[in-house]
Amino acid sequence: MTRYSIASLVRNAVGGHRHWPRAWRSPNPRRSYDVVVIGGGGHGLATAYYLAKEHGIRDVAVLEKGWIGGGNTGRNTTIVRSNYHLDPNAHFYELSLKLWERLSQELNFNVMYSARGVLNLVHSPADVDAAMRRGNAMRLNGIDAQFLTREEIARRIPNLDCSSRARFPILGGLLQPRGGTVRHDAVAWGYARAADALGVDIIERCEVTGIDIERGAVTGVRTTRGDIATRRVGVAVAGNSSRVAAMAGVRLPIESHVLQAMVSEPLKPVLDTVVTSGAVHFYISQSDKGELVMGGDLDFYNSYAQRGNLPAVENVVAACLALFPSFGRLRMMRSWGGIMDMTMDGSPIIGKLPVGGLTMTGGWCYGGFKATPASGWVHAWTIARDAAHPLNAAFTLERFAEGRTLDEKGAGPVPWAH
Amino acid sequence: MMLIPCPYCGPRNQVEFTYGGDATLRRPAVDAPPSSWIDYVYLRDNACGPHDELWYHGAGCRSWFKLRRDTRTHDIIASAAAGEPLDGARP
Repeated sequence: MTRYSIASLVRNAVGGHRHWPRAWRSPNPRRSYDVVVIGGGGHGLATAYYLAKEHGIRDVAVLEKGWIGGGNTGRNTTIVRSNYHLDPNAHFYELSLKLWERLSQELNFNVMYSARGVLNLVHSPADVDAAMRRGNAMRLNGIDAQFLTREEIARRIPNLDCSSRARFPILGGLLQPRGGTVRHDAVAWGYARAADALGVDIIERCEVTGIDIERGAVTGVRTTRGDIATRRVGVAVAGNSSRVAAMAGVRLPIESHVLQAMVSEPLKPVLDTVVTSGAVHFYISQSDKGELVMGGDLDFYNSYAQRGNLPAVENVVAACLALFPSFGRLRMMRSWGGIMDMTMDGSPIIGKLPVGGLTMTGGWCYGGFKATPASGWVHAWTIARDAAHPLNAAFTLERFAEGRTLDEKGAGPVPWAH
Repeated sequence: MMLIPCPYCGPRNQVEFTYGGDATLRRPAVDAPPSSWIDYVYLRDNACGPHDELWYHGAGCRSWFKLRRDTRTHDIIASAAAGEPLDGARP
């Protein structure tokens, strides 16, 4: 692997940038692997990378039905944060944020982590109490949190309507200064390149069509590019987790729903932080290209279509204009949809499935992107040790039957059909 | 936009409706084992393709009814009153 540096940049600039080597190989699948990871998004690539890096397991294939990062990794709104209340979520997402903070150095690939802060607006006295309670819980867990008054918010974000005449008057907000954004494509490419350099085979255009099981344990996977023998399979296909688990005869507490996001035309810098509001369910930030990136609620019906309908788009835009009236003259440039694994308690499922050698990381609801590094890290641990790490011990599939659901307000809503 | 065929009111804009989830779930008997209840409360087939589901016409006749809809395309295949079978006939 060519190490990216100022020297390599200058060298290639002299050559007119025509001689950069491929960032990762394009191998044909072999007949067998020690571990097969299904899904070449951020979570699957991170799983493969940490298997090779942390556990020395390099005989790994990542199977991707489309292309690297072409699914939900490239469809989110790039926000990262760890502002959770319950301990299992807080510790897990805080590991993720710590990994984000040094990921560019770790991967030798600029993922453009920008600690621009994530601000949750509050609009009622009850919201204020809940935000302070969550902020205190975060600080007790060693996570940065700061309550801002309406005056402080008005000073920091001048185009936010903080007046008492606003449709949803702003009473304050909970800020996580280390939260921010990360360039999502670079995450997939960076993990792919680093995993490939450690010997992982990344196989694109290779769809898994079946999972072979003998005496209750995995023996291989069937794909559109041939059968592959393996004793360990990690599933990282959020949005389609139910379909892949069904290949192994496992039913999951998940519904697939479409979530839309959209961007405006690019404009000069107007918003230097991430602003979210739970009351109107809306989040917005400005990309490095200048587009305003925004999203809101699900369309609220089962879907695998990767596109939604206009009422959800209208809700997002209406929420945007209620908070930022000055954006009213902007034109929206494009919108898109991604398919979410909506679990029945709003928290993910990371761990062993009831088939020998089969594990999954999924069930991310609205929030999979920010979890990418920690998801791969604990998933790799679970595959390598055949046991959960303390940080994913609470995210079992069995928690639903055992009455240990992690239902947390502020962790992302739960599906309608609860 | 989806044009949803309410069996009582005819085709209406989707914004008049609220989604009610999988219509194939059946409430277990009161004395059924806990595993039946866990299946009923939490587990879903989560079909990729035709999906039988419940909808509520909140801004119309305020009735619950069944809809068969393709989750890959959002195409609507059939609708029926809540107590009637979804026999696949076009609405």
